[in-house]
Amino acid sequence: MTPIKTYNVPFLVLAILLVLCFFINISLGSIYIPIKDVFNSLIGTETSQESWHYIITNYRLPKAVTAILVGSGLGISGLLMQTLFRNPLAGPFVLGISSGASLGVATIILGSGLFGTAFAAFLMSKWSIVIAASLGSFLLLFAVLITSLKVRDTMAILIIGLMFASITSSVVSVLSYFGSAEQLQQYIFWGFGSLGNLSWHELLIFSIIYSFGLLISIGSIKSLNTLLLGENYAKSLGLNIKRSRFAIIISTSLLAGTITAFAGPIAFIGLAIPHLTRQIFNTSNHKILLPAVFLFGSIIMLVCDSISQVPNSDLTLPINAITALIGAPVIIWLLVRKRKMIF
Amino acid sequence: MEHNEHHIILKTENLSIGYTSKKEQTIIASNINIELRNGELIGLVGANGIGKSTLLRTLTKVQNPIAGQVLINNKFLEKQSAIDLAKILSLVLTEKLISKNLSVFELVALGRQPYTNWVGNLTSEDVAIVNQALEQTHIEDIKHKKCFELSDGQLQKVMIARALSQDTDLIILDEPTTHLDMYHKAYILKLLKKLAKETGKTILFSSHEIDLAIQLCDSMIVMTKDHIEMDQPCNLIRSGAFEKLFPKDLITFDENTGSFRIKK
Repeated sequence: MTPIKTYNVPFLVLAILLVLCFFINISLGSIYIPIKDVFNSLIGTETSQESWHYIITNYRLPKAVTAILVGSGLGISGLLMQTLFRNPLAGPFVLGISSGASLGVATIILGSGLFGTAFAAFLMSKWSIVIAASLGSFLLLFAVLITSLKVRDTMAILIIGLMFASITSSVVSVLSYFGSAEQLQQYIFWGFGSLGNLSWHELLIFSIIYSFGLLISIGSIKSLNTLLLGENYAKSLGLNIKRSRFAIIISTSLLAGTITAFAGPIAFIGLAIPHLTRQIFNTSNHKILLPAVFLFGSIIMLVCDSISQVPNSDLTLPINAITALIGAPVIIWLLVRKRKMIF
Repeated sequence: MEHNEHHIILKTENLSIGYTSKKEQTIIASNINIELRNGELIGLVGANGIGKSTLLRTLTKVQNPIAGQVLINNKFLEKQSAIDLAKILSLVLTEKLISKNLSVFELVALGRQPYTNWVGNLTSEDVAIVNQALEQTHIEDIKHKKCFELSDGQLQKVMIARALSQDTDLIILDEPTTHLDMYHKAYILKLLKKLAKETGKTILFSSHEIDLAIQLCDSMIVMTKDHIEMDQPCNLIRSGAFEKLFPKDLITFDENTGSFRIKK
């Protein structure tokens, strides 16, 4: 008998589901493209219409890849934060990453009037929003990190992150008060999150930074498992707490930071995915949970994206609304049924 | 084996313990000279607030001594790296587990962390050591249970098994008998005695169960306000060390039974 349960069957099922959801996601969209042509354009052969090939390779495929990166990345960073802060309510944004990004973007969009019209056109471009979001989240994260090095208690970092988030949200409120209606609308649209609109070039940069975050999280598997015993036990097992904590935080910021920069502040996925995964994989072992969260997060995000892109219509619902609309009731249902979230 | 009998695992030399803040030094106890030998069960007793925890924290390198030295296996404690120390010294603490969703086997296996590779894979040798630890603490039958399903007594055995699987010469336990009923208090201490004898490990624990400790320990450390004494329990009774443990207005120590009695 194997001492530690292996989860080959659920892993296989999830992997098949992921491939399935990937194809379903690509075949659904504002215009109808027959399955045969979807396949043909994916393997590079002729499609019935040239425009279909273009839509698949330059719009739907990057969007599906973005969904996978966003779902898996947010799920993993949520898992890391929940273990590090030993708090089932922690998510990827407890360190102030999304509030930092909001501040950056709010400054650009709402404050653009202050810089004059010529400059404003440049400021409104896609890259400037990505850069503003990255800068904002980096600055806030840096502030949280600096303070975290001074405190020994991990819980204090959680509260410090929340406090920084409150400060930025009040600054954003002040900015919105002075912004025009048009600017406000634009800012709110950014807040809805969006998986589309990424070119392959942008996606390349996205995935490079994402990969660094993912690699660090894989390297942290052992220390995450040790941390399940609590920090004092972890220390007695020879774990360098400060270094492991730093690696976990850096990994989360790389993952959640780039995702927020490129796709906006996607709510809820980071918090919900680890809990949903634990329902299938009843374990605390990160060697199993990490790949499971990766698969499950990707699947959920592909499903959410398929729903938000209402099939055969021009209607695209905000992805942020969909994730919470689906996710929140599921969590409530789990809590009512199971009564406790063990982790 | 005979040669090993006298091997000293841990030794302090004129150790002073306490806290240093920016303004001042608070010395809790000084001139501590104790020796822990292998295969011995050693009890640390003293009144609340006398500094038992501070002493244990200093011996386990959680905090630094104010003066003097701690030698572990004849090497200075302060010069040991965390990972090397993890292979000599394991702990059982009073703090609660973070994740109770771990199975007993998984939890005990975490004791192998200092020896495993970067991702924490268990070799067959690791599994054998974990199974041996489960066997020594009589918890093989619950090894697939989750920790939240266990009683306090079972959980304490699991934590001891985890320390055993860490395969260290010295195990230090901080009040391992709190929250347990009378039977399990005796059970845990008896188990520790058996483990020390069978494995040759040195086991040091702090406790308020003075009467049980007197019956089971090979030697005891008695902490009072101005003196720290270490000897065999019978010698300590003879020298009247336990008399000095507490203020004399409520309880007195009965030398014949080796326990405290309430003054009538």
